[in-house]
Amino acid sequence: MNRTRLLALQILVAVLAFAFWHVVTTTALIGDPKKMQFFFSTPIDVLSRCFHDLMGGEIWHHLAITLTETFLAFVIGAGGGIVIGFWFARQELLAAVFDPYVKAINALPRVVLAPIFALWFGLGIWSKVALGVTLVFFIVFFNVYQGVKEVSPVVLSNARMLGMNERQLMRHVYWPSALSWMFSSLHTSVGFALVGAVVGEYLGSSAGLGYKIQEAEGVFDVTGVFSGMLILTVVVIAVDGLVTLIERRLLVWRPGQVTQTAQG
Amino acid sequence: MPETVIRLADRAAMPRVAVHLGEVSIAYTLKGGGRYEAVAPSNLWVSEGEFVSLVGPTGCGKSTLLNAAAGLIKPSSGSVEIFGQPLSGINAQSGYLFQQDALMPWKTALDNVAIGLEVAGTRRRDALETGRALLKQVGLKSFADRYPHQLSGGQRKRVALAQMLARKPKILLMDEPFGPLDAQTRIIMGDLLLSLWQQDRKALMFVTHDLEEAIALSDRVVVMSSGPSSQLIGDFRIDLPRPRNIADIRTEPRFHALHREIWNTLKLEVQKAYDLGEGKDA
Repeated sequence: MNRTRLLALQILVAVLAFAFWHVVTTTALIGDPKKMQFFFSTPIDVLSRCFHDLMGGEIWHHLAITLTETFLAFVIGAGGGIVIGFWFARQELLAAVFDPYVKAINALPRVVLAPIFALWFGLGIWSKVALGVTLVFFIVFFNVYQGVKEVSPVVLSNARMLGMNERQLMRHVYWPSALSWMFSSLHTSVGFALVGAVVGEYLGSSAGLGYKIQEAEGVFDVTGVFSGMLILTVVVIAVDGLVTLIERRLLVWRPGQVTQTAQG
Repeated sequence: MPETVIRLADRAAMPRVAVHLGEVSIAYTLKGGGRYEAVAPSNLWVSEGEFVSLVGPTGCGKSTLLNAAAGLIKPSSGSVEIFGQPLSGINAQSGYLFQQDALMPWKTALDNVAIGLEVAGTRRRDALETGRALLKQVGLKSFADRYPHQLSGGQRKRVALAQMLARKPKILLMDEPFGPLDAQTRIIMGDLLLSLWQQDRKALMFVTHDLEEAIALSDRVVVMSSGPSSQLIGDFRIDLPRPRNIADIRTEPRFHALHREIWNTLKLEVQKAYDLGEGKDA
């Protein structure tokens, strides 16, 4: 499939969706336009609200807060997941003892923790960071654990025959293997860090994109809810694109990663 | 063991014994509680400068014996001696060429070759320089920056060969290294191995199930019986002249005579292993 043609078709889908939305909310095709606009707003209103928000400075402040929470949740959650994952993978007994508890905590729907975190850490950014951490930690933990466990025994034997001691095995064999597993889950974990931040804000805060959306919802401002969602979506896509770039750079050695472009 | 002492004294003028497996046996405890003896007590000597192949039917424990010499597994009984010293832990004086892909996939060909030197404390710049020279020797000069997945099976094997040689091991251990390669590549790799080995003739223990390959490469071919409780049942000296060319040597009458002689011993074992396998399936 031709790249430009594919892109054109992809854009066409968005245009059609917006056109449908516009027709439905401005004509009497399905129902009274006034009523439809109350529930669904109109694409033009939503886009102009977005534009106004982005021109005024306020939304940037909220965006910065949400991204800070996301970043902190990711760094702390991933850091903890790497350390504990590594430790558990190297200590069979420890992993076996804690196995049911890890599973139990992971089975808990994290959203119910949000009120508790608000109580413990207040309504500022840290209660949101904590929620994001509980989500990110387990993804990274399981992947790093798996990465250390799944090191090919042949590669390991070979590294030993090449004279590596335990510390060198860590650095040259276990660590890269664990990292590659972690990076393959990078999209999921960064996404969850953002989910933690936004859900936390939504449930109780005084700043952030989640707060903005919740605030608009409180006064039945559907246009505000949709424009908030639109901005959030664009941010998520941008962050995801950034992750893809990082991943490409770091996992260049992986089959099927850059091979197509590397061969000239 | 006084017998061993005398043997070693006798050999003072001769090349030193690089690897000595003395009454080495390898057994596993089965899950049910029983005991499975893979290799019965066996004796094997490999001298300095000697190319010894170990052939036998599939599953006879040839690789197990090789791993005991490498220190990757501990024998259940008997002793492993390297240059007269009992082996404990990994055999640091040996290099090992695996059957499967054993390169670190996250390192380039050059980094894979240099890593053995780096972990031994060589400066990275010097290690990379040695690595480049070795890659050139195995014919991969322009592939230094490729990752393993960007190389063919034969090229990966060449990198593994260079990786093993980089640390200048005194003993080379190889476990069916060319097994996964196609017939043509095997011949080319065999010639490459011989030309590299010819340069400084280290003690080499080569495990294979391919008798032709074993005869074409080796000074001695040791035949192992089918398992369980495999034993070494034949030791044949290969008196073909060196340097050799693998494709040509297969057409010589002496090669055929040796092949017939060794095959007579080997074929009974192969048949036994085959019957055992059939019996299990039925």
